[in-house]
Amino acid sequence: MIWQLDIAILTLVVVAAVGAITIKDLLGSAILFGAYSFMMCLLWSIMGAVDVAFTEASVGAGVSTVFFVAAVFRTTRRTKD
Amino acid sequence: MRILGIIVVILTGALLIYAMGDFPSWANPVSPAHNHVSPRYIEKSMEETSVPNIVTAVLADYRGYDTMFETTVIFGAGVVCFFLLRIPRKDEPTVRRYRHTLTGMTIRVKETRKIPPVLEEFERIDTLWAPHDLIIKTACRILVPFLQLFGLYVIAHGHHSPGGGFQGGVILGASMILLAISHDLRTAIGRMSERVHAILCPVGVFIYAGTGALCLLLGFNFLDYGALAGILHVDPVTARSHGILIVEIGVGLAVMATMIWIYNNISSKGRYDEGL
Repeated sequence: MIWQLDIAILTLVVVAAVGAITIKDLLGSAILFGAYSFMMCLLWSIMGAVDVAFTEASVGAGVSTVFFVAAVFRTTRRTKD
Repeated sequence: MRILGIIVVILTGALLIYAMGDFPSWANPVSPAHNHVSPRYIEKSMEETSVPNIVTAVLADYRGYDTMFETTVIFGAGVVCFFLLRIPRKDEPTVRRYRHTLTGMTIRVKETRKIPPVLEEFERIDTLWAPHDLIIKTACRILVPFLQLFGLYVIAHGHHSPGGGFQGGVILGASMILLAISHDLRTAIGRMSERVHAILCPVGVFIYAGTGALCLLLGFNFLDYGALAGILHVDPVTARSHGILIVEIGVGLAVMATMIWIYNNISSKGRYDEGL
């Protein structure tokens, strides 16, 4: 485990998480959530939990981003609050 | 109200970070989580199940109940999406768009006009978003079979490498979703209809629960795959390995069907007509 890499990815996780809840554009929020999932996947694989990382990459970063994008496409792109 | 919410969030976060100080450090061999059942899994799983990947052995055999109900939760999610979103009656849109395949010209047909049942030179396109993207279509069509092969590999090779039913099922589902995104929803539904999802989804759960019930019928505990030794004509340890594979196939089927089902319902607002 390289601690510099760890700190860099953890920072990106926090940035993506804060960005995903503060951004007004819901499509951008969905993409940021996908980036967050992918960073989490990298963290799992750094910690040696390869099975969890695989699940996170396929479910979190892959399919759920598609679901969010589909939901945004069928509702509204701008958030009210 | 907003400031109050931020204060509550920051306080909770600070409490959680403060509580993290009491956690055992990462990869500490004497931490409580590593002292009860973990040593047994690490030492015995190979000789009890003959599965080199301990995670698969724990997930599908030692903690078989957990995984079974996880699969049921996935199945429930698909069914809930279906019941919330699906519009049962055939609700055609008022305007349809067609593209002439040779010239690329698009035409708009209103509801009042009669549409001939077979249009050989015209292909139907979505009204909201329909670029003529030959490169993306071809690239995704070439990618789909390799994705599906990889999904099958992940399911079948879960005993030896990271992977298993959930991941393989999601990859298989994602390949069909990729087809729906790159072409259109009607192409994907033409390959795999709604009826197929609705059947495969419970069939996957049934394979899992049925394997458990079969063990029960043969006089063993629920999900004790050693009972399958007589049916499969192998010794009980190999029967456990095979039982895990059967169960993973069930999980893969259920997850794949549910992912496509949810995507179809969300992206077409339950109309199954025009997707993303």
